[in-house]
This record gives sequence, C-alpha cells and structure tokens, in this order.
Amino acid sequence: MNKIKTIIRKEWAEVFKKRMVLFSVIFLPLFLSVLPLIILSTMGGSNVNAATADLPAQFQQFCKAGMTSGECMQYYIVSEFLIMFMLIPLFVPVNIAAYSIVGEKTTRSLEPLLATPITTSELLAGKNLASVIPAVIATWAGFAIFAVGSLIITGGGALAAALLDPMWLLAVLVAGPLMAVLSVNFSIMVSSRVNDPRVAEQLSAVIILPILAIFFGQIAGLFVLNSALILVMCLVLVLVDILMVYFAVRLFQRETILTRWK
Amino acid sequence: MINTENLSKNFNQTVAVENLTLHVDEGEVFGFLGPNGAGKTTTVRMLTSLIAPTSGSAVVNGYQVGQQDTEIRRTVGILTETPGMYDNLSAEYNLEIYASLYEVKDPKGQVEKYLRMLGLWDRRRDEAGMFSKGMKQKLAIARALLHEPRILFLDEPTAALDPEASHLVHDFITDLRKEGRTIFLCTHNLDEADRLCDRVGVFKTHLLVVDSPANLRSQLFGRRVVFHLLNSNETMASIVKALPFVHDAKVVENKLLVSLDDPEAHNPEIIRALVGAGADIQFVGELRHSLEDVYLQLVKNA
Repeated sequence: MNKIKTIIRKEWAEVFKKRMVLFSVIFLPLFLSVLPLIILSTMGGSNVNAATADLPAQFQQFCKAGMTSGECMQYYIVSEFLIMFMLIPLFVPVNIAAYSIVGEKTTRSLEPLLATPITTSELLAGKNLASVIPAVIATWAGFAIFAVGSLIITGGGALAAALLDPMWLLAVLVAGPLMAVLSVNFSIMVSSRVNDPRVAEQLSAVIILPILAIFFGQIAGLFVLNSALILVMCLVLVLVDILMVYFAVRLFQRETILTRWK
Repeated sequence: MINTENLSKNFNQTVAVENLTLHVDEGEVFGFLGPNGAGKTTTVRMLTSLIAPTSGSAVVNGYQVGQQDTEIRRTVGILTETPGMYDNLSAEYNLEIYASLYEVKDPKGQVEKYLRMLGLWDRRRDEAGMFSKGMKQKLAIARALLHEPRILFLDEPTAALDPEASHLVHDFITDLRKEGRTIFLCTHNLDEADRLCDRVGVFKTHLLVVDSPANLRSQLFGRRVVFHLLNSNETMASIVKALPFVHDAKVVENKLLVSLDDPEAHNPEIIRALVGAGADIQFVGELRHSLEDVYLQLVKNA
C-alpha cells in the first residue's frame, strides 16, 4: 500500500507542475458547473409559467410532478449539462493518465522504476488512482457547486428536487468514478503502446465518444435518461472496468516496454 | 553472488545473449566488456530481473532469476544506462521516492547519507533537471545505493561524463569495493575497467574470455621488458635470446625488447648478461599492453 501511495504522490508532484494539466482539472468542472447555473438564473426570469399541457411532447417527458412548463424547459436544458458531469471523469484523467507511462518512457525513468521491487499491479494501481482521484474530486466539487447554486437560484421546490434527484446523484457519485476508471485504464493501455505523449492523449480521448453519444442521443430524443438506465449503465461499467483493469495489467509487458521502446 | 548457467536471450530471431556461463564472487568488481549491441545491457536486465531469459538459469544473491524476481530487485542496485531522474522534482524527493519503493527503514537518513556522500546535499532542493550530466549520474548512483544492496550493477557509469566527474565516480566505485560490495560493471571505458576491475569478461553475444586484466595481457601478448641501452646492437640481442627463459629479444632503435614469462625472477640475470657484454643500461621497464589492445585483439578474433 505504501508503494501505491508513493506512486500517487510522485505522479501528482510531477503532473500538477504542468499548468495545462492543472488548468484542465480545474477549468472544465468549474465551467460545466457554472454554465447551467447561469442558464437557470437567466431562464428563471422568463414568464413561462403555464401548465405543462401546453408544452410540445418532447419537453413534457422531462416534466416532474409539480413543475410549471417553464421549469420543465429549464430542467430539460440544464439536464443536458448534467450529462456533462459524466463527461468530466472521462476527460479530466486523460491528461494525467496518458502521460503516466509514455511520460516515464520519454524521461527514461521507467527502467529504474521497474527495477525496484514494485509489482505491476502496485504500479498500475498507483497510476490509476493518481488519475482517478483528481477526476472524481473535480467532478464532485463541480456538482457540489452546481447543487448549492441551483438550490439558491431556484429557491428549492420541484425544479431543485428534480435536478438533485437520486438519478443524478447516482450518475455523478457512482457512474462518474466508474467512468474515470474506464477512461484511465484505456489511457494507460494506449500509453503502454505508443511512444509520444501527444499521441497517447489524442488516442485516449476516443473514450469520450460513448458519452457524447448519450448526450446527443438525449438531445435527439432517442431516449431519456432515467434511474433504471443509469443503474444499468453503472452495472455495465463495473463489468467493463474489471475487464479494462485486467487488460491494462496484461498489456503492460515490462519486457516489451523496456526493449522495444527506442 | 552471481552465477549463470547457459543463460540465453533471444528477441524473435535475434540472439542477444548466447549460453552465458559466468561466476562472480562476493566483493569482486567484475568488468563486462563488449562492443555496442553485444548484449551487455540485456544481460544486466536479465540479472536484475527486468526481463526474463529465453533459456538457461541465473542465481543472483541466492535468488533464482525468473522465480524470485521481487527478491532480486529488492536486494540489488542498478545504475541504468541513462540516469532517468524525474527532472521536475527535487533531487531529495527523487531519492525519497525510491527509498520508499525499496522499503528503506530510515528513508530520510539514507537519502541524506548518500546526498552528502556524493556532494549533492547543498543542491538537494534543486530540481534534478537543473543538474549537469555528472550530477545526475551521481544522483542515480545514490538512488542505486539507498537500500544498501550487496550487489550493484553499473551500466556505463561514466558514459558522457567529463574527466573530473568520471574520476569522482571511479573513486566512489573504489570506496564501494572497499565496503565489500560486489560490482558488475558494464563499460566501454577500458582504462576504467583496467583500473577498477578484479576480473573482466569480454563479451560479444557470448562470452569470449574471463580473467584478470593482467592475466589477459600476459596470455595474449606475453610480458615484455624494455632495456634502454646506450649501445644496443644485434649481438646483445643474441646474447639475451640465448638465455633459456627468454622467448624473444629484438633491438628497436636504442631499446632491447625482451619477451619472457617472469620478469621479476629473470630480469637480474638478463642485466648481468648485458653488463657482461659491455652494455650501458640506462633504464629498465615493463612494456605494458593496454586492456584496449587485449580487447581489440579478442573482439577482432571473435
């Protein structure tokens, strides 16, 4: 466990000296928590308070009990941003994780590191956690800002209850970390196989595509996120994460990394 | 300390190391010499359990390579070909990371001990990236020693260092030897190997020869003594050549070159013979072949 902690501390000490990484960890969650608050705040002044029956069908399915049509529209728009909170744990760790192996390669620090009695599992656990923890903290902090802000702006009530209902809590508190694990292990796999940190970063970003599909799918009205769907997503993510961790360890071949990297 | 038996490593169809059988004693400084691409680094990587052998066996510090790899890594120190420090972390923190990974009991104390020993204590808070090549190399040596390994693998420890930094590293290796540590030294620097090593192995995919530098010289070139004479001539060469223990004697300019096995025992008799023949002897000395001569001869014949 001490070795894992050492790797985590080392990764953070190294990676957070890079301003771009620090910026990406702080800026995106902050942006995605403030933007929906601005929308809530500006839309709150509109006079759309008629009964929900007047709304087009695609908006009505978002309405919860006790909401006015204006609140339904607010909820519809802001909920699209809430999906973005599932994007943060995918996006944020990519910068850290993509650098983790290939960065060691470019500085030629991997060989002395692998010469220590650290096991592959300990090394990858350290690198995993070093990327996952900041992503999860950034996501949760961003959501906390959004939650407090939305309560203040809406003054509580049906809209605030809808925005902070268990479905979104499940999405942010459970699905988010699981997505971070997925993203990090994918990045580590890519990072173990390529020679350039920029290539690693670009390839690792591919993992964002499935979440973008959810985002655009909901906008296009193909489906509506609900608690059951998020729960299924969490269960699938657990299985996928287990497979990703397994393959990340399997693909991390010390010998190949040491002898084929030039 | 280190025993290998027919140790081999192939990378696909390429044979990197072939049937290496070697024994290195405790407290010995063993020089592993060979041209680029000879398989020296591959051998070190196998012996430090970084990569697995294709066939054969090796025991390092009592542990079997391929079966007790974590134990081997825990008990040996390695200086890799490039220092591989974390450039944007301080020298002190670089070492603290490794002290923790090697489970050193008193990490702070060990870090301080080696930073002081290698003259880096005053620069401990500087980022390693700001260090010169020599300082980085010293830092890497400190890293290899933090857990007090009894066996140390040094891969090109003075490559790209200036003479002053090389000298410091040589002195440090000499000190480590005095502490009784076993040192496996891969080097291109034959003068370095000559000065530091008890024995050297000349290697080119397979082991060509293992012996002390002095014995290798003697085996390949014999021993030669040079007599500086004021009045050397072929007659004197003939007189010396007639002595039963002399293999050869020839005159080159004013010098008489004599090949023989045991100069310490037979030089006085040669001097008596020369003086008796009227020779005026100015100096007597042994003509030493460098280890480079030995190495080039061996590699050329391989």
